[in-house]
Amino acid sequence: MSQPTLNQYSAVKFSRIYALGAARGDLVVTNDDIAGPIDSSDEWIQRRTGIISRRRASKDVSLMDMAVEASNIAIKRAGIDPSEIGAVIFSTITHPHQTPSAAALLADKIGANPAPAYDVSAACAGYCYGIAQADALVRSGMAKYVLVVGGEKLSDFIDPTDRTISFLLADGAGAAIVGPSDTPGISPTVWGTDGSHWSAVGMTASLLELRDGEAGWPTLVQDGATVFKWAVWEMVKVAKEALEVAGVKAEDLAAIVTHQANIRIIDELAKQLAVPEGVVIARDIIYTGNTSAASVPLAMDALLTSGEVKSGGLALQIGFGAGLAFAAQVVVLP
Amino acid sequence: MALSQTEVLAGLAEIVNEETGIDTSSVQMDKSFVDDLDIDSISMLTIVMNAEGKFGVTIPEEKVADLKTVGDAVNFITDAQ
Repeated sequence: MSQPTLNQYSAVKFSRIYALGAARGDLVVTNDDIAGPIDSSDEWIQRRTGIISRRRASKDVSLMDMAVEASNIAIKRAGIDPSEIGAVIFSTITHPHQTPSAAALLADKIGANPAPAYDVSAACAGYCYGIAQADALVRSGMAKYVLVVGGEKLSDFIDPTDRTISFLLADGAGAAIVGPSDTPGISPTVWGTDGSHWSAVGMTASLLELRDGEAGWPTLVQDGATVFKWAVWEMVKVAKEALEVAGVKAEDLAAIVTHQANIRIIDELAKQLAVPEGVVIARDIIYTGNTSAASVPLAMDALLTSGEVKSGGLALQIGFGAGLAFAAQVVVLP
Repeated sequence: MALSQTEVLAGLAEIVNEETGIDTSSVQMDKSFVDDLDIDSISMLTIVMNAEGKFGVTIPEEKVADLKTVGDAVNFITDAQ
């Protein structure tokens, strides 16, 4: 008796982002609100970071609340039924449970149960990691639609007296629906990590150190100089490579949406890339702050909703952060 | 070919001008980056990165704090070429 031939997924040629959704923390936190404990001022913070105010969530607004809100907006805009979602990918570093995943709960809350769902831990690169995986899942035929969420409640993991990163940080969630397309909508992804700088951005302590009384509540901290140099110098190379593998030039872009780390990094990256006039540089950080995995979809959504860029244009999106992890791809704006 | 101290100073002044808008003629050997030119730490990092690219040298992060004056930077770059 002959062995039967296995069925395999049949591939779909192209994928694209159908729609985005955004949810920001409900509180507007000004520089004056946070300057005291770091012995600083509104002027100093603006000059160093570009941030005028940041959005943080109230104590009773959870990471999950913001993720659900952003996801429901994206699903509605995409015009799909949540039951059609074939996978949920949730990029976050602030889900307060080691297990189960935030994604499994999110899938249930938005009506995508029993979709496969899992979290991605790639910090500020996490959303772009998620888009890369969603693209692969859709084109391989494993899922018709994939929900990608980048969401953080970073305010749960800050130290008000920390001068390295806490004053930048904010809360929010951005969501995207990725699905099949007749034309190419997501370029190959240039992604990777550099674990030799594993400690350049991270937590002050591990949970085991907290348990054993060796440390207090772990909060975020960074070596700003190392991160700045890496984020500009190395990410310029990654951005250029992403354009090359996408087969486009900087002048073909409608927008560049970088991780909203710090306006000085964003501006220096744009300068080093020699971005042509007319290409919009996302600067959502000014009134949102740094929301880690949420920052790229939030910034892109802001450009679309303000009308600064139009659906159908090309955008280079690039995430980079703790790991150090990075990912960049060119997408057709939804 | 290695650049002279004068040529390094001229090149560094251009980098400082591009980053901060400070006139190149104000970028002199005895000037302190922080006290005289009012350059903050992020601008200093940017200047260092651009100097590394322009002069083909590596300026280690731990060395940056020692470069207090323009002359410190010019001498370091000139020697490191």
